[in-house]
Amino acid sequence: MHLEKRLRIGRGALTLTIGLGVIAGLLLVAQAFLLSRAINLVFLQGAALADILSLLAALLGVGAARALALWGGEAAAQGLAESVKTDLREKLFAHILALGPAYTRGERSGELVNTATGGIEALDAYLREYIPQVALAAFVPLIMLVTVFPIDLVSGFVLLLTAPLIPFFMILIGKAAGALNRRQWLALSRMSAHFLDVLQGLTTLKLFQRSRAQIEIIARVSDQFRKTTLDVLRVAFLSALVLEMVATISTAVVAVEIGLRLLHGVLDFERAFFVLVLAPEFYLPLRTLGIRFHAGVAGATAAQRIFDVLETQPEVPPTPDVQPLPPPSFYIRLEDVVYAYGDRPALNGLALEIRPGERLALVGPSGGGKTTIGQLLLRFIEPQGGQITIDGLPLNRLPADGWRERIAWVSQNPYLFNASAAENIRLGKPSATMAEIVEAARLAGAHEFISALPSGYDTLIGERGARLSGGQAQRIALARAFLRNAPLLILDEATAHLDPETELLIQASINRLMQGRTALIIAHRLSTVYNADRIAVIDGGRVVETGAHEELLRQNGVYRQLVTAYAGEQAKPF
Amino acid sequence: MALAALLGALTIASSIALLAASAYIIARAALRPSIADLQVAIVGVRFFGIARGVFRYLERLVSHEANFRLLARLRVWFYTALEPLAPARLAHHRGGDLLARIVADIDTLEHFYVRVLAPPVVALLIALLMGVFLSAYDVRLALAVLAVLALAGIGVPLLTRYLSHEVGQAMAQTRGELNTALLDGIQGSADVVAFGQQAAQLARVRDLNRQLSHWQRRMARIRGLDAALGALLVNLATALVLALAAPLARAGQIEGVDLPVLTLATMASFESVLGLPMAFQYLGNSLAAGRRLFEIVDEKPVFAAQDYLLTQSTPSNFDLVFENVTFRYAADSPPALDSISFTLRQGRRLAIVGASGAGKSTLVNLLLRFWDYEQGFITLGGRDIRDYDPEHLRNWIAVVSQNTYLFNTTIRENILLGRQNASETEMVEAAQQAQIHDFITGLPDGYNTWVGEQGLRLSGGERQRIAIARALLKDAPVLALDEATAGLDAVTERNVMAALDRLMEGRTVLMITHRLIGLQTMDEILVLHEGKLTERGTHAELIRSEGLYFKMWSLQNERLR
Repeated sequence: MHLEKRLRIGRGALTLTIGLGVIAGLLLVAQAFLLSRAINLVFLQGAALADILSLLAALLGVGAARALALWGGEAAAQGLAESVKTDLREKLFAHILALGPAYTRGERSGELVNTATGGIEALDAYLREYIPQVALAAFVPLIMLVTVFPIDLVSGFVLLLTAPLIPFFMILIGKAAGALNRRQWLALSRMSAHFLDVLQGLTTLKLFQRSRAQIEIIARVSDQFRKTTLDVLRVAFLSALVLEMVATISTAVVAVEIGLRLLHGVLDFERAFFVLVLAPEFYLPLRTLGIRFHAGVAGATAAQRIFDVLETQPEVPPTPDVQPLPPPSFYIRLEDVVYAYGDRPALNGLALEIRPGERLALVGPSGGGKTTIGQLLLRFIEPQGGQITIDGLPLNRLPADGWRERIAWVSQNPYLFNASAAENIRLGKPSATMAEIVEAARLAGAHEFISALPSGYDTLIGERGARLSGGQAQRIALARAFLRNAPLLILDEATAHLDPETELLIQASINRLMQGRTALIIAHRLSTVYNADRIAVIDGGRVVETGAHEELLRQNGVYRQLVTAYAGEQAKPF
Repeated sequence: MALAALLGALTIASSIALLAASAYIIARAALRPSIADLQVAIVGVRFFGIARGVFRYLERLVSHEANFRLLARLRVWFYTALEPLAPARLAHHRGGDLLARIVADIDTLEHFYVRVLAPPVVALLIALLMGVFLSAYDVRLALAVLAVLALAGIGVPLLTRYLSHEVGQAMAQTRGELNTALLDGIQGSADVVAFGQQAAQLARVRDLNRQLSHWQRRMARIRGLDAALGALLVNLATALVLALAAPLARAGQIEGVDLPVLTLATMASFESVLGLPMAFQYLGNSLAAGRRLFEIVDEKPVFAAQDYLLTQSTPSNFDLVFENVTFRYAADSPPALDSISFTLRQGRRLAIVGASGAGKSTLVNLLLRFWDYEQGFITLGGRDIRDYDPEHLRNWIAVVSQNTYLFNTTIRENILLGRQNASETEMVEAAQQAQIHDFITGLPDGYNTWVGEQGLRLSGGERQRIAIARALLKDAPVLALDEATAGLDAVTERNVMAALDRLMEGRTVLMITHRLIGLQTMDEILVLHEGKLTERGTHAELIRSEGLYFKMWSLQNERLR
């Protein structure tokens, strides 16, 4: 699996973790040796406290050394986890950025955020606990076997023969329990989902007088979950019981077996006691592995998702042969452009020209492919057929970042970053001075409400900061566009969510922004497109009509239909 | 629950007994007695070897049962407390995130018993057992072992907690910042890329990522102390027992055979305290989760449940009157509604238009008694709406709003929400009138298709039609439309409006909108601006007066006259 490849980065830490674990195991053997010697001296040879003081001091010394080894081992294991996680998180985030907005769009973004945060953290237990334990479960019992065999052959064989039973049962149980656990986890998450669903729909339930009835349903669902899950668990726990039994009964067998041989004088007490003290420790690493197996499975699942993302190829490949950018006044031509989202076609041989300085509006039924054109121009996606040229140069031969600097883009839902209002506007031009930011805000009609925020331009906005209304967020986006001062303006349904009164206010800013620029206005609200120089009607992934407003109305085509649908009977007010 | 703790203690007691009995066999055997002397101990060893597994099994079963009961009770408790608060008291908590956190918090509390409460009880029982067992030999032995147990079970967790306090806070802070940076970069990736900020955002994430890693390493060095000190203290206890017992054995106060028994029993008893540092950590998490839940539950509902004057009666008409209603969401905020008065006679239609934030939706919230108003009064059928049981009041009002919530269940269940006991024919009829029937029957599972987060994603128009079908089934005399067509494109909007026309037939309609279309059929239009009524009249009158309504209307219809 790929994760093993990633482990190379933490190889030093992994070696250290395992090395310290082995040392701790060796110290455990030493501890058992000292303990049995001390007890033997007092018990059978009548030694006084003074005789064993040095042994006890050594015991404490070994204990301290072992504590140090355990502590170092944990620190090293975390080091291993950190180096892999840090590296992986950076790579994942860089890759998600490279995959671009076409990939992170929509519902997937939430899941990606979870993968980058929780998914990576799920690797923590896997790397820190499970991976080193796999090695320790092999090494530490081996050390003990090597020490026990020369001391007592029979016990050595008992240990050797019972040890494989644990991994054997573990794998057996792991397979069955894995499926059971998954089912239980599924049931639990379904129940949680139901609860969340009810909480989110609480207002709706109230409207239909169904909210009280839910109390009973929640109780019933939870109770049902308890009953079905317990049935499953009864079996799952039974398998854990077997595992536990193997370890304890084996210890018991060792105790009885050496006891009987002691009785017959085949073995002396000191050796016997040494073996007895080691016996539980012999099984411990194997049992620990069994407990951590779960973290292993969860980690592997999380890792799978991370590598799936990392293996996704970006839609926009790096440009091999970059041409210099054309002058800031340019013709844009879309020739025969084809684009489909999966098997859902969006553009179907679309041809369109955007002339320097003109205001071109794109209208058409939703799903007609208007937004896709904007995404193509921003190079969030690449045409699957046909080409886009800028002054005759293919767009995909231009440097992507340099090209995007020529564009100011105002979308339907501008994203507000968790930063101050000033920083959010500065996005348009990272080198902007405060005076420039305030000027841009003024032009966008944002200065007034920003000044009214608790800390003015320094107020934190975004998800965790002050909540802005849709109109205010849109004005921040306009301020970014003013600051950007780019020759091409793309307005992607910029006023779609706003009410007419707010739209009225913002429209003035937009008109100001469009002055002296080429503007591409994407809208399903016809009220925003009347003033365009040219209107292109997009339907079914093609341009079906172009012309000015009056011209198109006269044509009695799709545009006219849209206009009548929009205005309803209001076309004639009286 | 006490049973589970007892079983947990018995599990550990079994392993203590197992090792003690094993030690006894070996020690006794070393003295070469007859085999008969060992019989009891041999049986004991076998018994305890099996008992440990069995007790562990029973303990798990009982504690999980207790856990699940607790979980059910917690959810019911929380829901019962939350239900009266919605939606007024939950409005300032933000959307789905808060609710998702609540669910996670309850899941955290669910483990409270097994992970937080049970381990100390088990440790206490084992300490008690060891105290009694060791005192039988010598009180000093008991005191020494108990002291070290306490050190390992209480001292070590307190120490690591103290040491990790600052690091933990720094870590949580950094983690929050990192998650925000990741969220910004992923959800805002279009803006990041469009403005060429990839490198800057990547640098931010890298920096925070390394900081977090630094704190996690430091945390591991502190948490590592738990296991390390635990191991050291086991050795200390063993050495102490030997040091105290050796002179006793020499003096003949205890038998030599007891020496290995005492040593191994002591070592085994530490199993009970080694899990306590973990319990302390869970305690912290549980307390935080509990605090957040109580913060919500402790809020007062907007009005207390009471005996309503008119519990069963239905008014003779559904005339709706607002008289000088003033309302603020918070005492220090500007009024959302300022002296609003209007009369809507049964069967008539009234539209309220204005910018978002002008207070339009507040009107509906007051009518539904989601909030309570202080000044003025609202009457329905001539009686103050506060005299009705809110449940009854809502029975007479159907609402179609902008945000239609669809539950994660079948389309059928979602429509039947309108009237639980509606027949199949009635439901299909409602769907037909809402013009969604053909769409539904075209789906692979028809009315049994699952919708919502885990099922089919419906478009805005389809959702609104389901909401209309619900309202048709509910068949209430008063209809409130709250921006029912907002966010739909022109063609879809027109189709939804057609379905709404069916719904409006014969009902008293309160329509809230910022889309100024189809308002000619309204009997009266109120223009709301910053909570105040600025204009009122029919569509024709408002156009003639050339005020705010006219300006908004013109914007939407520019060049079309």
